[in-house]
Amino acid sequence: MDFLFLADFSVVKPGIGLLFWTSIIFLFVWFFLGRMAFGPIQKALKDRENTIQDSLDEAKQAREEMSKLKAENESILAQAREERAAILKEAKDAKDSMINEAKVKAKEEAQKIVASAKVEIENQKNAAMMEVKNKAGMMALGIAEKIIKKQLIGDGEQEKFANSLVDEIKLN
Amino acid sequence: MAFKTPLLSVPLQSILENLQNQYIVNKLHKSVLSLILLFVVAFFSFSNVAYAEGGDHNSGKPYDPVATAMHHIADANEIHVFGDIHLPLPVILYAPGEGVGSGWTICSSSKFHHGSYNGYIMDHGRVKRLQDPAMTIEHIDSTTYNDDAKMAYVWSHDKKYQLEAASTADGGIFGGGITSFYDFSITKNVFTMLLATFILCLVFLSTARAYKKREGKAPKGLQSLMETLFLFIRDNVSRPMIGEKHYERFQPFIMSLFFFILVCNLMGLIPFFPGSANVTGNLGVTMALAIITFIVVSINGNKHYWEHILWMPGIPAWVKIILTPVEIMGMFIKPFSLMIRLFANITAGHIIILSLVGLIFVFGENGQNMGGAFGGGVIGVMFTMFMNIIELIVSFIQAFIFATLTASYIGAAVEEGHDHDHAEAEHH
Repeated sequence: MDFLFLADFSVVKPGIGLLFWTSIIFLFVWFFLGRMAFGPIQKALKDRENTIQDSLDEAKQAREEMSKLKAENESILAQAREERAAILKEAKDAKDSMINEAKVKAKEEAQKIVASAKVEIENQKNAAMMEVKNKAGMMALGIAEKIIKKQLIGDGEQEKFANSLVDEIKLN
Repeated sequence: MAFKTPLLSVPLQSILENLQNQYIVNKLHKSVLSLILLFVVAFFSFSNVAYAEGGDHNSGKPYDPVATAMHHIADANEIHVFGDIHLPLPVILYAPGEGVGSGWTICSSSKFHHGSYNGYIMDHGRVKRLQDPAMTIEHIDSTTYNDDAKMAYVWSHDKKYQLEAASTADGGIFGGGITSFYDFSITKNVFTMLLATFILCLVFLSTARAYKKREGKAPKGLQSLMETLFLFIRDNVSRPMIGEKHYERFQPFIMSLFFFILVCNLMGLIPFFPGSANVTGNLGVTMALAIITFIVVSINGNKHYWEHILWMPGIPAWVKIILTPVEIMGMFIKPFSLMIRLFANITAGHIIILSLVGLIFVFGENGQNMGGAFGGGVIGVMFTMFMNIIELIVSFIQAFIFATLTASYIGAAVEEGHDHDHAEAEHH
């Protein structure tokens, strides 16, 4: 029977000293490491988490602002584009009206020129006719004068002379 | 080149193939050989231990696997390093019967290597007191126990001396109880706990320093490993169990519990000095931790918690009469279960490993049968390897469970009242 009971299952008997030392050592671990390590680590981790959260929030805000700005830019751009189109249209209209005006003016001018030219031509023609008339008159007078002068010489001679004078007058 | 001719190339190829095969065979042989070598080394190293510690020295008694296992999982007043080399530890004893002040005996455990000292004697690594402290013993021949292992007797020169073990807090349930002296020594377990504390301080103080030094930077090295564990405990244990509002207050406590238990568990798995102490497999250690947990939970219990234990709201009075004792019992059963769970898991693991190693000596018939010892060695080493892996997992799991359950008890204690009160308010 000695053999069987040699075994002393001592681990189920909590020794007073072991209880005492375990309590002391564990409380030391708790209070010392809690103050010197676990607390600061926890704080550092929390700070870092907060920093990350703040950074994320900031980034989100910045992104929102960016998108707002972008929208604003786009609206400005659209407005500008519209304005440009309007200006272009205006310019085109102005150009067209100017061209039309010019055309009308040119036509008028041309008509005026043509009219004045016609008047001039008429005038010139009249003047020329007057001159011709005058010249013919003068010539007729001259001829008449010369005939009159020749009549004094003879009939035959007079006729001949008159013909020669007529030949001379070539209405050029 | 001569062997480029077709006639010669065929034999050359076969030779090359042969060489290659041989290489594979050699490699196989090598691994088998190294395995055998491992067994042989294991066999001899364990056999030395067995001769040194199994049963009584030179007594010629057969190898007793149970006694060897019990001896190995027990606490001790000295640390067995290897062979006959022991690391002496400080022994602090107090016998109140001797009167205040004079009851203390403080010395090194090496004092007990030659018989008794100051009425105390070393029996299987534990300091015990002679029933008659006035006696001195020069040499111990053998130790015997009475039927319920309550009393031990040492034999010296054919004379029997009765021994008394140190006081224990089991209230006599397991054969202990208050005796004539208390042992406050730095035992093997206390030494290992101090070592574990030292390791924890080293690791966590350097981690905390890294946070201070590298503020605002990404974690690096040991810091990132510890951060993962810290966050694991915080996000999977403290925060969900205790609740968002209170968890920060208890995080250091939960961390201390987890890492203290974990490091002690792991040190118990190291089969040689400075490990091998069965710290968390000793009821004294788990009892101290459970008592601290109980105190923390009770101190932090709010009105809602105590109300639910003492006079559960929202149920008929006659149910309350039944429920209150159950709840009060539950208050104590919770830490009690923590204590038993950790202790039983770790002790069971140690006993299994020691039993498997013991197979070598059981099959070897105490050194008589080399073949049997070899067979036992093969089986023992195989299963021990397997068990060690299991124990590694158990170390983590038990530390985690202890921390998680403690957190959940704290969570129940600090929880704010909700549903019931509203329901009751509406009811009235």
